[in-house]
Amino acid sequence: MATGLHDSSFTNPVVRWIDQRMPVFTMMQKEYGTFPTPRNFNYFWNFGALAMINLMIMIATGIFLAMNYTAHTSMAFDSVERIMRDVNYGWLIRYVHMNGASMFFIVVLVHVWRGMFYGSYKKPRELLWILGVVIFLLMMATAFMGYVLPWGQMSFWGATVITNLFSAIPLVGNSIVTLLWGGFSVDNPTLNRFFSLHYLLPFVITGVVFLHVAALHITGSNNPLGIEPKGPQDTLPFHPYYTIKDSVGIVVYLIVFAFLVFFTPNYLGHPDNYIPANPLSTPAHIVPEWYFLPFYAVLRAVPNKLGGVLMMFGAIAVLFVLPWLDRSPVRSMRFRPIAKWAFLLWTVNFFVLMWAGGKPAEGLYVVISRLSTAYYFAYFLVILPLLGKIERPLPLPESISRAVLRGGGPLPGGAAAKPMEKA
Amino acid sequence: MRLLNQTKAGFLKGAALAAALLLGLAAPAAQAAEGGVAIPDARFQHDRMLGTFDRAALQRGFQVYKEVCAACHAAHLLSYRNLREIGLSEAEVTAIAAAYQIPDGPNDNGEMFERPGRPSDRFRRPFANDAAARAANNGALPPDFSVIVKARPGGGNYIHALLTGYEDPPPAGVTVMEGMHYNKYFPGHQIAMAPPLNSDGQVQYGDGTRATVDQMARDVTTFLAWASEPELETRRAMGIRIILFLIVMGGLTYAVKRKIWADVH
Repeated sequence: MATGLHDSSFTNPVVRWIDQRMPVFTMMQKEYGTFPTPRNFNYFWNFGALAMINLMIMIATGIFLAMNYTAHTSMAFDSVERIMRDVNYGWLIRYVHMNGASMFFIVVLVHVWRGMFYGSYKKPRELLWILGVVIFLLMMATAFMGYVLPWGQMSFWGATVITNLFSAIPLVGNSIVTLLWGGFSVDNPTLNRFFSLHYLLPFVITGVVFLHVAALHITGSNNPLGIEPKGPQDTLPFHPYYTIKDSVGIVVYLIVFAFLVFFTPNYLGHPDNYIPANPLSTPAHIVPEWYFLPFYAVLRAVPNKLGGVLMMFGAIAVLFVLPWLDRSPVRSMRFRPIAKWAFLLWTVNFFVLMWAGGKPAEGLYVVISRLSTAYYFAYFLVILPLLGKIERPLPLPESISRAVLRGGGPLPGGAAAKPMEKA
Repeated sequence: MRLLNQTKAGFLKGAALAAALLLGLAAPAAQAAEGGVAIPDARFQHDRMLGTFDRAALQRGFQVYKEVCAACHAAHLLSYRNLREIGLSEAEVTAIAAAYQIPDGPNDNGEMFERPGRPSDRFRRPFANDAAARAANNGALPPDFSVIVKARPGGGNYIHALLTGYEDPPPAGVTVMEGMHYNKYFPGHQIAMAPPLNSDGQVQYGDGTRATVDQMARDVTTFLAWASEPELETRRAMGIRIILFLIVMGGLTYAVKRKIWADVH
């Protein structure tokens, strides 16, 4: 080995030449080839890979949309429809991008749910979890600004309602809103800055995703049992075992995605957004996109504007401190007889909030929103801290291989799994 | 084997969750259609999952649009050349376009002028601007028809219901404001537009179809559905092929997965 060169194990001369100078091939081999992965993943562990694929689809389609889109209040709506009609396969690119946003949230919500059910946020994965919540927040900002771009009625009025939330902040609120708008109402400057940021944020997300994956590859993945792998008998190399398992998930995901795009492309949207924005005419119900509905319900459950805004942001912020609210040493809900039901109820409650967020803020809907909001927060702030003290978890299996293979199986042929490396 | 069962169960749980998510979303859409009488299902063939547009209805519908609606309603996102897609010949499209005078210019003298339309022109707007449209329509603005079917809860069923939902005189106990008309399906029931399709035979169909009000309403709704989603047939045809491909691909991928995992179970 020549001095200063990386000790590469690749034999192909070109690959070896590069790898000795910049060991990207070694890195890929280590992180995605031989990377020791718990052998007992279920299909919920597909959703991280699905989110990654979805992000790439959004960026790819978005770049082509941006080539044909005009960010001006008088032209945005028509330019989007021109993409639908006159750009070759423009309708396909736009419908993939539009439904891709919904798919992204479905995938990420399942991914977050999996993390919460199996306790993936607990030590040592707290920072990994926090980076995930940052990605979720960035996604919400990106999706919100993207929805404004077609400049339909819901674009305009959604932007008006959401940006106005910041005016609830004491003292500086109104200045912040003026800054967001670039003027004194939602108008052309708003559209322009939203377009710019909508193009920028996905690359910020990509950066945080990189950190998320980097952190994951230090701690290694959690698994359905929530116990750490104890040795090679508990893990499998990522390739080919999980590359193929993720591939199965990707195909199923693509079938759902394709069904939305090709057969019900506007099902998840709102008809009002095909009416060009009109500042003089307010729609009867201003409804955000479905993925914001639970948080919209929290916002409207509180009679005070500032209180509502704080609660809405609090609903996300509480996720940041989740690793410290849940004091139970047991990760997987499979072994937590009480927390399991509390969390499944929380899941149902999340859908109730989503439903309530789509209803007008009146009568019984407000009562339901308030009760649901109360349980949403009670789960994090009361139930989890309390259960950490009083719950008696079920006995944990000795090891992953013991639980899966009943007595630990032989090493799989060709599996070159090494024990977990702690960096 | 137990692991396999677990993974299967996990997968089913995931699928159920996704389905629940999607179903939960139907709520806002259904709610938007509220605020009046339930819209009857007109059973358009293009509203079926794999349906296509009825070509004859499209052409009759264009005739209704051209002779009745276009007096007030623009469809500025459509070009005359698009009419090739509803089955009109190049000569027919050229003739239709040429019958309109399209504003153009400025010419070499710096003046705007009008010239006969070309297939590449967008549909001529009936009014120069929104203010002119309001002035001619008792203050009401006739909406643009380019994407109207996508822009209304209930879609084509709503348009068809609206066109056939006028009641004159209005039901007992309902007072209609001056210049307004009672419509069973319009939100608030008072619509500024007079019944546009008001008598059988209002349009002379070239193909011998009897032009009843309902027939004309169905035809023009079909045309507007196409105007809103001209890609619908291509989209569905591509969708079938892609989903069939993915199902085969999914089967193969799952078989490979089973084979790779066979030695671990």
